[in-house]
Amino acid sequence: MKKSFKNIFSNGLGQLTIPIIAIIILVVFNLFRDPSFFSIEITQNNEGNNVFSGNLISIINGASELAILAMGMTLVTAACGGQDISVGAAAAIAGSAFVKVLKAGETISGGRVILAFLFACIVAMCFGAFNGTLVAVFKIQPMIATLILYTCGRSIAYWINGGATPTFSSSIVTAIGGFIPGVPIPTPVLIVLAVAVIFKLVFHFTSLELLTQSVGINGSAARLNGINSTLIKLLSFIILGLCVATAGCIGVSRLGLINHETLLVDIEMDTILAVAIGGNNLGGGKFKVGGSIIGAYVIQTLTITLYAMKVSSTDVKAYKAIVIILLVVIGSPVVKARFGKFMTKLRAKKTNACVKGAE
Amino acid sequence: MDGKVLLTMRHIKKEFPGVLALNNVDFTLRKGEIHALMGENGAGKSTLIKILTGVYQMDDGEVTIDDNKVFIHSPQDAQNSGISTVYQEITLCPNLTVAENMYIGREDSAWIRRREYERRADEILTKLEIPARSTQQLGRCSLAIQQMVAIARAVDMKCKVLILDEPTSSLDDKEVNMLFKLMRDLKAQGVGIIFVTHFLEQVYEVSDRITVLRNGELVGEYRTEELPQVQLVSKMIGKDLDELSSLKENTDSEKEEGEVFYEASTLSSTQTHPFNFKIRKGEVNGFTGLLGSGRSESVRAIFGADRITGGIVHIKGKPAKITKPIDAMKHGIGYLAEDRKRDGIIAELSVRENIILALQVMNGFFKPISRSESEAFADEYIKVLQIKTANRETPVGSLSGGNQQKVILARWLLTHPDYLILDEPTRGIDVGTKLEIQKLVLKLAEEGVSVTFISSEVEEMLRTCSRLIVMRDRHIVGELKGDDLNQAEVMKTIAGGKA
Repeated sequence: MKKSFKNIFSNGLGQLTIPIIAIIILVVFNLFRDPSFFSIEITQNNEGNNVFSGNLISIINGASELAILAMGMTLVTAACGGQDISVGAAAAIAGSAFVKVLKAGETISGGRVILAFLFACIVAMCFGAFNGTLVAVFKIQPMIATLILYTCGRSIAYWINGGATPTFSSSIVTAIGGFIPGVPIPTPVLIVLAVAVIFKLVFHFTSLELLTQSVGINGSAARLNGINSTLIKLLSFIILGLCVATAGCIGVSRLGLINHETLLVDIEMDTILAVAIGGNNLGGGKFKVGGSIIGAYVIQTLTITLYAMKVSSTDVKAYKAIVIILLVVIGSPVVKARFGKFMTKLRAKKTNACVKGAE
Repeated sequence: MDGKVLLTMRHIKKEFPGVLALNNVDFTLRKGEIHALMGENGAGKSTLIKILTGVYQMDDGEVTIDDNKVFIHSPQDAQNSGISTVYQEITLCPNLTVAENMYIGREDSAWIRRREYERRADEILTKLEIPARSTQQLGRCSLAIQQMVAIARAVDMKCKVLILDEPTSSLDDKEVNMLFKLMRDLKAQGVGIIFVTHFLEQVYEVSDRITVLRNGELVGEYRTEELPQVQLVSKMIGKDLDELSSLKENTDSEKEEGEVFYEASTLSSTQTHPFNFKIRKGEVNGFTGLLGSGRSESVRAIFGADRITGGIVHIKGKPAKITKPIDAMKHGIGYLAEDRKRDGIIAELSVRENIILALQVMNGFFKPISRSESEAFADEYIKVLQIKTANRETPVGSLSGGNQQKVILARWLLTHPDYLILDEPTRGIDVGTKLEIQKLVLKLAEEGVSVTFISSEVEEMLRTCSRLIVMRDRHIVGELKGDDLNQAEVMKTIAGGKA
C-alpha cells in the first residue's frame, strides 16, 4: 500500500490521483457536514421490492448514463483529439428508436425489449459512423462535425416519435430503469459495471488501446507502422454510438416515456468534463477509461451534495463551476510540474536530514 | 589572440528523474569564436544548450554574460540577454509564412507593418542567398530551407551568442558552405557561436575551440588545432576509432549471385518518377544523391508510404501488391523513416509500447501481445541495442535522439524483417551509436536480411553498402559497385560525370 502511494508521487502525479483525491474530499466533506449522509437504508419501493436507498445509491445510480457516455467519449477523445458534442441528441434518437420498436406490437415481451435495444444500438452506431466518417475521412474537426447532429438530432427524434411523447408501461422496462425484483441494487449501476467489464475485455482481447493511443499521439507515425488511422477513428465513434444507445435506453426506461426535448439534455458537456476530470488529455493520446468513470461520479457527487445543502437548482451550476475550476487548475500540467518539483525537494531534504542524523 | 570572455557557465548541474544529465559542467565562450560542443548521445549537450536558452532551469550553477551574472528562466530571458538558438529539430510554425516566422514573438517587431517586415525578410534572405521568398508558407519549403530560415531569424536578432544545434544535419554541401561563410562573417563581427554537430570534418573546418562532454561530465576544453581528430573521437566515446575503418571487410561480390528478394519495375508514386530497383537476399545497398534528389521518396514508394501510381513488384519472384505500409510489412519489409520525430516515435508512449508497435500491428487487432510478453521483448532489445533509458516504461520522448532511434530500430527488428529500409538512421546521433548501427546493418546482412541504407554521409554508405544507387533530380542516374565504390566516383556520378 505504502509502496503504491510512493509510486504515485515518484512518477509525478499519476493520472488518477486527482480524480480520486477529489472524490475522497467530497466524501469526507459530506461526512463532516452530515455523518449520516452516506447511510444506506433498505426500503420497499412501489413494486414492493426491498431495495437499497440513500444518497450514496442515488449518486451511483444517477451517474450511470454519464459514466457510460464518458467511457465512449474517452476513446473518441484519445483517437481524434476532439469531442463528440452530439451524444445527448444521439441518445434522444436512440431512445426514440427504442420506444418505436417497443410500441410496435401489442404487448412488450422480453424478446421485444432485446429487439428494441438492438435496434437502438444499430441506429446509434449508424449516427456514430456518420460522425466518424466526417471526422476520419473528411478530416473535419470533431466538434464541428458533431455540431451537425447536435443541432438536428432532437428534431430527428421528434420525427421518429411523430411529434408526441409516447409513454409505455412494462414491468421489464421498468426493471431496466429501476430494480430487478430480488436485486436491491439499481439496474443502471449493474449496466455500468457490465459496460466497464466489456471495455476491459475489449482492451484485453484486442490491441485497441495501443492502436488508439498511437493514432491519437502521432498519426503520421501510426500510418507508417501500418495502422489504419481512419478505421481506428471510425471505430471509436461507433463504440461511442453503442454507449449512446445504452445510455439513451436507460434514460427512457427510468421514465417510462420518451421526451425528445429533455432526455439526457446538456449531458454532452458533463461527459466531456468527466473525461477531463479523469485526467485524460482532451487533445488526444494517452487515456484511462477508469479516470473518466471516476470523473462522472465526481460530477454526480458534487451535484447531489449541492442539492443536499439546499442549493437551488439554478445556483447549482455556478457552484459546480467553482469546484470544476479548482479541479481543472490542480490537474493542469503547470501545477503538476510545480508539485513534482516540490516533492523532489522535500525528499532531498529528508535524505539530507537522514545523512546528518547518521553523522 | 584569445578574445574577451563573453559567456561563462560554471558548475552547472541538472537532474532529471533517474538521470543526472549534467554534473558540475563548465563552459566558456569568447567573443568572435566558433566553439564546438561535442559529445555522444546523452552526453548532456542538448541539456546544456536548453539551460542556456531557458528551456530547462538548472538545479545548480552560475551563468555570466559580459561578466554580469544572468538568470535565464525563459526563452524570452535568453533572447533579451542576446542568446539566439537554432535547434536541431525545426521549432518554427509551418503554417505561417517565412517572414512571419522570422518576426513572430519579437518585441522589436510588434509594431512593424506586414509589408515592412516582408521587405526586411526578403533583404536578409537575399543577403544569405537563401532560396525562399518571404511570403511563402514555411511548411511548403524543404527541411533545409526551413533550417536556414531559422538561422536567418537568429541572425537578424543581432545576438551576442548564437547557438547552432545540429544546423547542418539536413543541409547539403553547398548549403553547408553557405552556412559556414555566414558563421565566419558573424564571427568577424564579434558574435560568439556555439556549434553543436556530429560531423567531425565540419568541426575541424570551422571551429576554433572544442569542449567535450561525456555522460554529463566535462572532459575538457581544447583548441581545435591542438586536438587531432582521432583523439577527439576517443575523448568522446572513450574508445579508439580503428574499428571504424576496418568495419567493412568482404561484403562485396559475395552477394552478387544470391536470390533476389525484392524487385520493382517502373514503380512510381505521387512523389517519384518510375524507377527500377532490386535487392538480393543479404545484400546491403543504398540510395545516394543530394538532398531532394528523390532518395527518400524512392524508398517510401517501396514501402507504400506515399500513394503508388504504377509499377510491378515481385517479392521472392512472386508478384506482390504494395499500396500501403501494412502490405509491405506483411511481406517482411520494415521501414525506419527519415524524420524520427514526425514519422517514427510515439513520444508519449513508453519505450515498451513503442518497441512492440509494429509487431502488434502485424499480429492483428485481435491478437494483442500480452503485457508479460511485451515486457520480455522490450527488456531483450533494451539490452541488445544498449538503449539508455531509466526503465522500459519511460516515455520514449524523454530519451535522447540516438536512443529514440534505437527504439525504432528495435521496433522493426522485433518484426524479424526480411528486408529493412533505413532512411538516415544515423542522422543527428553520435559517433558511437552510428558505429553500432553500421555494425548492426552488416550483422543483419550476414544473417540474410536485405538492407537499404540511406545516409547523407557518403563515407558511411561506402563503409556499409556493396551497391550504391545514385539519384539526381528524382531520377536514378547511376549504379556503383565493386571498385567504383569510392567517394570520387560517387561525387562524379552525382554531378553527372563532370566532376
